[in-house]
Amino acid sequence: MITEALFVSALIFVIGTLGVIVRRNVIIMFLCIELQLNAVNLAFVAFSRSVGIEGQLFVFFVMTVAAAEAAVGLAIIISIFRHYESVNVDHFNALKW
Amino acid sequence: MADLLFFVFATVAIGSAIGVVVARNPVGSLMSMVATLAAVAGIFVLLEAHFLAAVQVIVYAGAIMVLFLFVIMLLNLGHDYERDMKGGVWSVMAFATTGGLAGLLVRQLGRSADSPTFLTGDGGDAIDAALAEYGAVGAIARPLFTDYVVPFELVGILLLVAIVGAIVLAKKDV
Repeated sequence: MITEALFVSALIFVIGTLGVIVRRNVIIMFLCIELQLNAVNLAFVAFSRSVGIEGQLFVFFVMTVAAAEAAVGLAIIISIFRHYESVNVDHFNALKW
Repeated sequence: MADLLFFVFATVAIGSAIGVVVARNPVGSLMSMVATLAAVAGIFVLLEAHFLAAVQVIVYAGAIMVLFLFVIMLLNLGHDYERDMKGGVWSVMAFATTGGLAGLLVRQLGRSADSPTFLTGDGGDAIDAALAEYGAVGAIARPLFTDYVVPFELVGILLLVAIVGAIVLAKKDV
């Protein structure tokens, strides 16, 4: 089952990458990044069946960092939305305002 | 039975992951994401990571996804059906790149399935023994509070920094 879980994880990761590249809605791009993080979590848990409990501990840390990243990232999105009135990344075309 | 369940969970996870990418409405995307997270939690249970499956459902699907939903409602995007896929050369290149990435990953994983270094360790037996002795929470809490206590405390500091940073960024007048 380890190999199968790794293949599922690879597929979910690739789908997340595709989402980040082709979508322009910044919230959906952010969701796709969470999808990639989750795919990596699945790979870690699959490897934990072979290397021991450390794989599961890493997933614990990845989840915490993902929560922190979601909080800060969404705050940045809100802040940008106040300025541009849009969530389309193509409209975010200035580094300074 | 476990193989059948794995197949079902894997199908749901991949199908709703595709749903996250193709849904036009951000809320639909979010609901697909919740389905993916729940299916991946099911795979966690099949891989004997019971505590992580619970955390996945409670923290990821429960808290982080609700945070996303709050932001979607706050920005009033719930009825946003505008197409936002990139088209043309960009999407062709995106599919080519991710297709190449998928091919590379599958090739490497297929190769690692042949070589016994990563996939045939006895860590699974150690986890099963720890689960039987300390229970689902104790098995992960014991190493977390002994060998990995410094990263654990650092993650606490990171969360504090994230809370302060989120408040500072989202406040109107700082």
